[in-house]
Amino acid sequence: MIQIPCPWCGPRNVTEFHHYGPSATRPSVADTTVEGWHRYLYFRANPLGPVEESWYHAAGCRRFVAVVRDTHSNQITPAEGAER
Amino acid sequence: MTLTDPATLQQRRLTPQDGEVIDRTRTLQFTWNGRAHTGFEGDTIVSALAAAGERMLSRSFKYHRPRGLLTATMHDPGAILQVDDEPNVRAAHRLLREGMRVSSQNTWPSLHLDVKAVNQLIGRFLAPGFYYKTFMEPQSLWPVYERVLRQFVHAGRVSPEAAEEVYDKRYAHTDVLVVGGGPAGMAAALAAAQAGARVMLVEEEHRLGGRLRWTDPGAAEALAGRIHATENIRVLTNSTVAARYDENWCAVVQRDPVPGTAERLLKTRAGSVVVAAGLIERPYVFAGNDLPGVMLSTAVRRLVRLHAVAPGERAVVFTANPEGDAAVDDLRRAGVEVAHVADARTGANVVRARGRQGVQAVELADGSTIEADLLVTATGWTAPTSLLNMSGYVPYYEPRAARFLPGAPAADGVYCTGGIAGDASDEQHREHATAVGGLAARHALRRRRAVAARLPTVAASGDPAARDADGPVSDAAPTAVPGLPVPEHPELFRSSTHGIVDFSEDVSSKDLHSAVREGYDSAELAKRYTTVTMGSTQGKLELVNALAIIAEATGKTIAETGSTTWRPMYTSVTLGALAGRHHDPVRHSAIQPWHEAHGAVPLVAGQWIRPDHYGDPEAEVRAVRNGVGIIDVTPIGKLDLQGPDVPKLLNQLYVNKWSRLDVGRVRYGVMCAEDGVVLDDGVTARLGEDHYLMTTTSSGAARVWEWAEEWLQTVHPEWQVHVTPVTTAYTSINVAGPRSRQLVSRLVEGVDLSAEQFGYMQVRTGRVAGVDDCILWRIGFTGELSYEIHVPASFGLHVWECLLAAGEDLGVRPFGVEAQRVLRLEKGHLIVGQDTDGLTKAYSAGLDGAVKLDKDDFAGKPVLVWQHRNATGPRLVSIQPVDPGIVPPEASQILLPTGRIGGRITSSRHSPTLNRSVCLGQVERSLSEPGTVLSIRLPDGRTVEGTVMPRLAHVDPEGTRLDNETRPLPPVTRPAPVARGPVPVVGATASVAGWEVSPLRRREGLTLGDWSPMSKIGVRAPMGGSVAAALRARFGRTCRTAHGMLVVGSGPGEWTVLSGPAERTRTLQEMCELVQEEEGLASVVDLTHGRALFRLTGERAADLLAIVCAIDLSGDVVPDGAALRSSVAGVATDLIRHDDGSVPGYLLHCERSSGRYLFSTLQEVGAEYGLAETGFPTDGTVL
Repeated sequence: MIQIPCPWCGPRNVTEFHHYGPSATRPSVADTTVEGWHRYLYFRANPLGPVEESWYHAAGCRRFVAVVRDTHSNQITPAEGAER
Repeated sequence: MTLTDPATLQQRRLTPQDGEVIDRTRTLQFTWNGRAHTGFEGDTIVSALAAAGERMLSRSFKYHRPRGLLTATMHDPGAILQVDDEPNVRAAHRLLREGMRVSSQNTWPSLHLDVKAVNQLIGRFLAPGFYYKTFMEPQSLWPVYERVLRQFVHAGRVSPEAAEEVYDKRYAHTDVLVVGGGPAGMAAALAAAQAGARVMLVEEEHRLGGRLRWTDPGAAEALAGRIHATENIRVLTNSTVAARYDENWCAVVQRDPVPGTAERLLKTRAGSVVVAAGLIERPYVFAGNDLPGVMLSTAVRRLVRLHAVAPGERAVVFTANPEGDAAVDDLRRAGVEVAHVADARTGANVVRARGRQGVQAVELADGSTIEADLLVTATGWTAPTSLLNMSGYVPYYEPRAARFLPGAPAADGVYCTGGIAGDASDEQHREHATAVGGLAARHALRRRRAVAARLPTVAASGDPAARDADGPVSDAAPTAVPGLPVPEHPELFRSSTHGIVDFSEDVSSKDLHSAVREGYDSAELAKRYTTVTMGSTQGKLELVNALAIIAEATGKTIAETGSTTWRPMYTSVTLGALAGRHHDPVRHSAIQPWHEAHGAVPLVAGQWIRPDHYGDPEAEVRAVRNGVGIIDVTPIGKLDLQGPDVPKLLNQLYVNKWSRLDVGRVRYGVMCAEDGVVLDDGVTARLGEDHYLMTTTSSGAARVWEWAEEWLQTVHPEWQVHVTPVTTAYTSINVAGPRSRQLVSRLVEGVDLSAEQFGYMQVRTGRVAGVDDCILWRIGFTGELSYEIHVPASFGLHVWECLLAAGEDLGVRPFGVEAQRVLRLEKGHLIVGQDTDGLTKAYSAGLDGAVKLDKDDFAGKPVLVWQHRNATGPRLVSIQPVDPGIVPPEASQILLPTGRIGGRITSSRHSPTLNRSVCLGQVERSLSEPGTVLSIRLPDGRTVEGTVMPRLAHVDPEGTRLDNETRPLPPVTRPAPVARGPVPVVGATASVAGWEVSPLRRREGLTLGDWSPMSKIGVRAPMGGSVAAALRARFGRTCRTAHGMLVVGSGPGEWTVLSGPAERTRTLQEMCELVQEEEGLASVVDLTHGRALFRLTGERAADLLAIVCAIDLSGDVVPDGAALRSSVAGVATDLIRHDDGSVPGYLLHCERSSGRYLFSTLQEVGAEYGLAETGFPTDGTVL
């Protein structure tokens, strides 16, 4: 089982977290298109390699944690400019 | 049984051998296929059978060929037997016990006369792919085929009367996990321990020593002695590291860990793993190689030296290595006649073993035939690299060694040593293992130190605990690991004849050749087609032979053929161990004990256990419509919202408007996800200027909280809002019915309940039945005048009982979830998740009025704009079947005129009020006009008609029942409030500051007490602000204040302040004053009633918690004064290390509703440590 290096609590089992996946930018509600909104809701690149994604530490500090995870090796490092 | 019975004589038992593991002073009785036998303590089942001269143990899987002892280890394919009620016992590993009833499996009518052995004659019809080819057509016969095939299942019997077995599961943490307790594993473990690492040494067999046990018992004994004398080595024998997953998360299976427990799974997180699994001897492939009497050289040596059993009377030995030569010596010493030694190194070969139920003669390549009852083969080794493969190593085939070698290290912190890594003298192996052990320790300790240095639970630098974390690891360069020479061994896989390759699946070399001819010419394909390596030995004996034969058939080299994939589990693990003991969290309201005592039929709703009804739900409905009823609605989600930007958050989450909600008012709201699908609904009240209370559906509480946090943390971090879940801080009681005002008014003080002063959709705070800080809402799900009362949870039972007593003359009665569902359906109120699904957008749920598209933004707005514009999606409508006596079951289909499905019934019940059936349903727009007559297809195939109603409400569609002008009644006398903890007190009670507690007092051993009466004040404030400075405890640590409070840094910018039960008001006031001075957003929430708090104290406290909590609680990472939150038995729990002097102790607090479950779970798992329940201190000294 992989561990997520929570910047607050330290490394914890992934089962303590909820996976929110790669971060998606929310389009402006005023002028979004159906296509743009659907991209925001459903489209993810799913690359083999580093992905910036967020996890919610539900059984711990209840903070959203941004990390870069390599989907090939599961190597995880804190995301650039992430809180803490 | 008499002494003349030959079976009792142990005719093959030798005189005492140096290093034997049997205790000849302790004779054990057992039966074998009904006949009495004896063995000695220390015997395996199979060694005892061998001592009695039993050669045939089982019949093979497919051809029912006779099989005997082959490897004399756990992986012996022919020694899988039934023992008492337990099937599939590895009998060459399982130790003999007094009174065992052992029998062969899958034989009929007996082992020696087995009818299914006829399969051997029709063997050509059982060719590879037999199952795929034979039992395919016609499909209509599949049930028949299934019955036929079931007769051939190779397994024992599970008796339905078998006693329940206990399996266990827990967590473990170690720096270095050493796999294999042979000479290399032991040397690595000692080296790692010397370097300061915590070591777990896992040995598959019952004793440490590995091959040393038969080559040099004295040395084995001495090494094992050193291991056992080393304090930080934890030795697990009769255990297997069954799997290694990411980041050295390893499944360690302990068999028979304690009496009464069959298996235990240790979910182990290791810093480093050292694989020292040794080598497994490989069988040789030739005709008759599976006859009883054909044995591996290691099996012979084990039998002779460990169990003092002569494996035969006259032996032929086929040897290609020194171990085979040594077996010759062992046999001779044991007095077994060695008729011939065929040395493969000089070109000799075995062609065939002859015999019917066992070896009778051996045919050699030189044409000679030698009479013998034992044929010993020593033709090479298989490296069990399974765990290395799981770690990313890619072992490669080395022809010079005739086996696979591990190859370059792949994963961080996974090492190998011993026979698996190479071949060398004992001295070289020891040096290698010692160096690897040191390297593994160094890797693990560096990581551990790096992690500990950043853990919030570790005291700040300067603290002794922090210095210890720097530990005794030296930064000196690690000892270089000396290389191990590549072993030289002739490549010997198959003789000139064909024989069995996979003993457990009955796959022969001929089968593999024919599979290749049919085109299954890669190892992975041939494996799946022939099932080679897929049986109980999982490739350990047969993989290399199979690859060699596939290579031979394809004309490739073994290296080119490649290997199949080694996957978890390394060895068979019972389903019981994987299931372990299961902890399924359940939640209870404070009134649940009353419900249980009053005949409530329980309903499991998510984690909640709730009363479904108290015997007659229809009577409960009538009581609410005609008089007054009360229902426990504690599971309703409640979120405390504080801060100036709460309206912004509400506007973002809800589809309706929140900017102008006056203090004292309540509004119904609907939330949608970003795809416009209805997520949750509930009412939110404004309690104060910047203070709101949101309610959610019972099942949506956690989801909505997380949804709010997502917006606050990731999208609008600038919004000043604190969200605190208070679901179980309150016991919620809904008082509903035309007489509800009369009933509530008898118990309420300080709130004018009159219709003109306390209108519909308003909220008040006040005192109910003597309990302060209650919140009263005038809302209604039932369509009747009703008040929802939120009472500080510990007083829930008190208020409930007061309501029942005060309403006796009004006809009050409790009602359950079923009655509430009927009432709300009569009123046409939807339930999110029942009347909506994962595709239901707001306009499809009858919520048109709630959606305010003129708001700038809210979650899901664009999708709802489009849904509104395009008028798409189904509609939620109210339906009444034309025949009032028919209640169409929920999920009945609604048909379009074309006969296609155009909707479904989402809710349906018989309405006692209307005495007819009523429904809600989702239908396509074309069917949604009032008056439309629908065809409803029932599950039994009948079609009935139903009419779409003009409004959602069936009962009182105009809402006139809410115009209830009853006058409040004067208050009645009632008993003084009693607060109760989440765990019902059994036996004597005492009172502490109004709390009912247990006066039990236990100090010795491991104790657990319900400390829920403690005051628990939650504070949130900026991390660098004045509140943080005043509270002093940083995140992850606790701090005692001068006047007996314990400040817990329970989260980033979050504190829980604990104090005695009598200190609640003072602590609360103190905290409120503190936040007044804070410049940033700061808030205080009283969590005293919302949390269960337990105290666990005793030397074994951490061992107990390891059963239910994955966190490493070692003193260096969780020292006294540490605070963390994690999952304990599946419940998010705050864990505070709070020692009692020098005795370790923990405070655990979780949501109050989970308290009863957590307490009983801790009691259950603590039984093995003698956990005793203690009460709450009545003398005032608590922290």
